[in-house]
Amino acid sequence: MEAHAEAHHDFEIPYTVHARPDTGLYNAKLGIWLFLASEVMLFGALFSSYILLRTSAPTWPRGWEFLNVPLATANTFILIASSVTVVLAWANLRMGNLKWGRIFIALTIACALLFLVNKGFEYHHEFVEHRLPSTNNFMALYFTMTGLHGLHVLGGVIVFLYMLFPGAKMWGTDRARYTNRIEVAGLYWHFVDLVWIFLFPSLYLM
Amino acid sequence: MAQRKQLRVGNQWLYAGDAERILRDAIRIREEEEQRHRIEGHVLPWYRRWLFSTDHKVIGLQYGITALCFLLFGFSLMLLMRLQLGWPGHAFKIMKVLGDARAPGGVLLPEAYNQLGAMHGTIMVFMAIVPLAVGAFGNYVVPLQIGAPDMAFPKLNMASYWCYLPGGLIMLGSFALPGGAANSGWTSYPPLSDIATIGQTFWLIGMIFLITSSLLGSVNFIATIIQLRAKGMTFMRLPFFVWAQLVTAFLLLLAFPPLEAAGILQLMDRVAGTSFFLPSGLVVSGTPLHNAGGGNPLLWQHLFWFLAHPEVYVLILPAMGIVAEVIANNTRKPLWGYRSMVGAGIFLGFMSFVVWAHHMFLTGMGTVISAFFQTTTMIISIPSVIILSALFISLWGASIRFTTPMLFALAFLPMFGIGGLTGLPLGLATADLHLHDTYYVIGHFHYVVAPGTIFAMFAGIYYWFPKISGRKLNDFWGKVHFWGSFVCINGVFFPMFLQGLAGVSRRLYDGGIQYAHAKAIAEATNPFMSISAFGLLAFQVPFILNFFANVFAALRHKKNVNDNPWQATTIEWAATTSPPLGHGNFAVLPVVQRGPYEYNAPECTTDDYLPQHVELPASAPPPGGGTLPETAVAQREL
Repeated sequence: MEAHAEAHHDFEIPYTVHARPDTGLYNAKLGIWLFLASEVMLFGALFSSYILLRTSAPTWPRGWEFLNVPLATANTFILIASSVTVVLAWANLRMGNLKWGRIFIALTIACALLFLVNKGFEYHHEFVEHRLPSTNNFMALYFTMTGLHGLHVLGGVIVFLYMLFPGAKMWGTDRARYTNRIEVAGLYWHFVDLVWIFLFPSLYLM
Repeated sequence: MAQRKQLRVGNQWLYAGDAERILRDAIRIREEEEQRHRIEGHVLPWYRRWLFSTDHKVIGLQYGITALCFLLFGFSLMLLMRLQLGWPGHAFKIMKVLGDARAPGGVLLPEAYNQLGAMHGTIMVFMAIVPLAVGAFGNYVVPLQIGAPDMAFPKLNMASYWCYLPGGLIMLGSFALPGGAANSGWTSYPPLSDIATIGQTFWLIGMIFLITSSLLGSVNFIATIIQLRAKGMTFMRLPFFVWAQLVTAFLLLLAFPPLEAAGILQLMDRVAGTSFFLPSGLVVSGTPLHNAGGGNPLLWQHLFWFLAHPEVYVLILPAMGIVAEVIANNTRKPLWGYRSMVGAGIFLGFMSFVVWAHHMFLTGMGTVISAFFQTTTMIISIPSVIILSALFISLWGASIRFTTPMLFALAFLPMFGIGGLTGLPLGLATADLHLHDTYYVIGHFHYVVAPGTIFAMFAGIYYWFPKISGRKLNDFWGKVHFWGSFVCINGVFFPMFLQGLAGVSRRLYDGGIQYAHAKAIAEATNPFMSISAFGLLAFQVPFILNFFANVFAALRHKKNVNDNPWQATTIEWAATTSPPLGHGNFAVLPVVQRGPYEYNAPECTTDDYLPQHVELPASAPPPGGGTLPETAVAQREL
């Protein structure tokens, strides 16, 4: 099929790399925004549940009294830094600089892994102190929401690892498309960052 | 300027050079395909072509066949339930297929009835009708109707199917678990579902797969419709079916994630011991439940219906789209009020997000909230009525071709009308107090989905079967299928209104005979309804045989119709062969010139229809401009 597709121009899917003039978007960019819209609904539903459970509860634990706020603050800055590095990766690729593009992708992955390691220490501490999901609804929400966010971080790590090593071969064949992929993955990454920006005050500070 | 020679090819006036070029391209592509098959054997191994294909047409067929199997399976579950409802307490040999645990001595146990009921609903909604309406018809038809070579993300499309199938198999497999499949109703209301048997956990895992599948699909549909429309295919030139799929995809995209969140929370309740939906002080069978408490069962209902109400429109919008296509084609007229229909469809999509709590009038959420949702519910009936009225008015003054798809489409109109109008009393909080959770509700939504949506699906199958296979399904047996189904399905569902008005509750394994107020009407109507249900099964047999006979004939490349057997204007018929070319769909990507339903337009000089992509010469074609019957035949046979 692939060879066949190359033989006939009409068989190729249009706007995979360059924007469609009347929409101003290439396919993947529209796709990722749609996906993020659904992610907003997913986390929106969880935040709504949080609000509903908290407002109807007679008492509610205060996160700062037992959660590790300094570590979470550090994690917040780590994620923000990773949002910057992913933009720098894309900017370097746009300027045709694969080497620095890859260095910044690697830095993004390093930030993400650091975040997850810190999160692991936090989880470990909670388990040691016998604060489990079944303890109360606050801990249930804490583990569910940060757990789901952590899975999103892990997903980002997998995507960026692919882009860093096997996926980077595309630089040789289709430079614009590879750059687009980093842009699209970066949009996802900003969203993951943004979710944490909401999670941090909701769980640790309020 | 010298006059260039014009030819009539099929229904098109073309310059001689263009006609030759198009024909040469089509012949070359077909020859190359044949050559590849002859010389290199199959370019892709069979499992890449039929199992893990990225071609939207193959994926559409995979969805279609899987969904039809689930449809039949869900229908069989209902037949077992109907058998016992018709004659409560009687032993039936056939019931022994369920095993001694579910039906000792051939009498269905109440617990098993609950499993069948919950799984009938789940299978029909999430694994049969939505995959058929969106996964199958949407996948196969939308790229062809907008003039696209494929979906925008072919690999994502494949992934979507391969999330759907495991999700469905997990659901089916859950019947083999200890305690059987999920038995808390298709709505899975906690606290009951939180403390139910292990089948409920598998229901949740299965749902997460199905939700992922529909998420991947909906992103793909929206991106395809927005990005891959052919040149000239502006939004107001899209066939109504494409509009319906676009709105549907937005509903799936935005409404399913809250259910996914709810599913994750319920999974945590069941697996990690949280209490999201478990209130404090819960006592189960006399023993207090050891849990943290403080949860809220209503939270689940809000999250569930935030999905499940838009889901109703996911079920009905593609059906309306199919019916619109079939009606325009068989009335040989443009749709009446195409623009109002599109506007109504979009408005319907928006409104469907703010009506969900009309399912919860009896939960005591307060009169103010009830009043709000009752108002929005009344408002959302307006766009539905606009679309239905436009379809009815489209029939006015037409000389209707009563083909099999048209019969199903025509039956959709009054059936959906009954389903919709009986919904109004349910949307009013006061009337709902009486009708809530009775058979009236069952009758209402089954009229919308069964003789409504499923009839539209049949219309779609009969209508697009020649597109897929190059063969028309047998018309006589199609009409037998239609009339038999039409009579029987009303026999099943109409008495439900009478039962519901008499106060018979839903989900009773004996149909209500244990209650004094329900006994008389249950005994009077249930056997009749059950017999109708078996009649309905009998009248599906001609369809199944008709379907497979033609599938096997098509597999042997026996065509019995030309490329455009319904003389349709939309480009999936008019601008490519039936069945379509392999990967790529079109020999030459069409350039769209006009709206989708130019039947009997003033410009139609030779036939009564003008396909969307046909370029009319600047002036009228010269009289005797030369017809090339050989060429026309040659193109049709390609």
